[in-house]
Amino acid sequence: MRLLDVMRHAQRCLALVLLLWTVAVRAQATDGVTVGDVAPSFSLKNIDGSTVSLSSYSSQKGAIIVFTCNHCPYSVKYEDRIIALHEMFAPKGYPVIAINPNDAEKVPEDSFENMKIRASERKFTFPYLIDDSQQTALAYGAKRTPHVFVVSNTKEGARVMYIGAIDDNATDADAVETFFVRDAVSELLAGGVPTKPLTKAIGCSIKWKNK
Amino acid sequence: MIFPFLVLVASWLEPSVEVLNLAQLHARIYRGSDTTYVVNFWATWCRPCVEELPAFEALARRYAAEPVVVLLVSLDAIGDRTTKVEPFLRRRGYQHCRFLLLNEPKPHIWIDRVDPSWSGSIPATMFVRGDRKLFGEFQFNEELLDSTFQSFRKGSP
Repeated sequence: MRLLDVMRHAQRCLALVLLLWTVAVRAQATDGVTVGDVAPSFSLKNIDGSTVSLSSYSSQKGAIIVFTCNHCPYSVKYEDRIIALHEMFAPKGYPVIAINPNDAEKVPEDSFENMKIRASERKFTFPYLIDDSQQTALAYGAKRTPHVFVVSNTKEGARVMYIGAIDDNATDADAVETFFVRDAVSELLAGGVPTKPLTKAIGCSIKWKNK
Repeated sequence: MIFPFLVLVASWLEPSVEVLNLAQLHARIYRGSDTTYVVNFWATWCRPCVEELPAFEALARRYAAEPVVVLLVSLDAIGDRTTKVEPFLRRRGYQHCRFLLLNEPKPHIWIDRVDPSWSGSIPATMFVRGDRKLFGEFQFNEELLDSTFQSFRKGSP
């Protein structure tokens, strides 16, 4: 009798665990913005101590928001390509805004001090913002680093026009066949909308703070 | 004299990581058998993945006598197989999992084929038995992995 009770209890616990997991996974998949949504506003601290907000880009055509960080090898592999995107598109009205959403307590390499060091070593010419509260990453639904959100300033305000990967080959920049972000921004600049507005890529999970 | 011998011993001890593409992986796990497959996507560069690997080895050890196969599928670059992945697994000394490396270009295509709900972030784990499947982006510890595995195998919910 007693054993049966214990077993029943265990069964209930297991079902609960699984249910929670499924719910968490579903929430992950649906949270954040999708293409066409209003771009969530933000106001975050830059490595130079200034505060940068999305609204300060309202005179631009848009922005290429990249959730990235110092420690993730995928982010490191893409650094040159992020710099190149800024060089290519900032003069045309789509500058890069890099945002580090990681909890520095979990990953000390991603601390504000280390962001400054990395930005100066790699000569970032775009802002590199710290998302201390992780609210911006949550609002956008960023899942991994790097994770790109291209935003356009429209009559209805800033809208998300592209979400996903930078290109189709993280490992080898020379072997890239499709340049997703470059193509999306080029299409926007030509007055159209991205033909491929959503792409996926392997990346480091964002290191969320323990709740 | 002793050096070649050491190299030989090292090659025996070296866990070999089999390279395969997604079609081959699918052929292996979706065969409608009674075996439960636990497929963990990881990489040597992914910290939470590396942290949770012992839970998978423990699971594989616990169910070694049953039709349970734990596949550790590395998403490291193929060029890192012998230089990073195999030495890492050797240091860890895992005996009960099977080691694979997914060599598949164009993640924007194959991530959805693994599971449409996958964002591409790792760790990610999939349980497969017959035509049933459970997929999630989650970092496990030993207890949670075991309870999730048991629930899945029972078929609830």
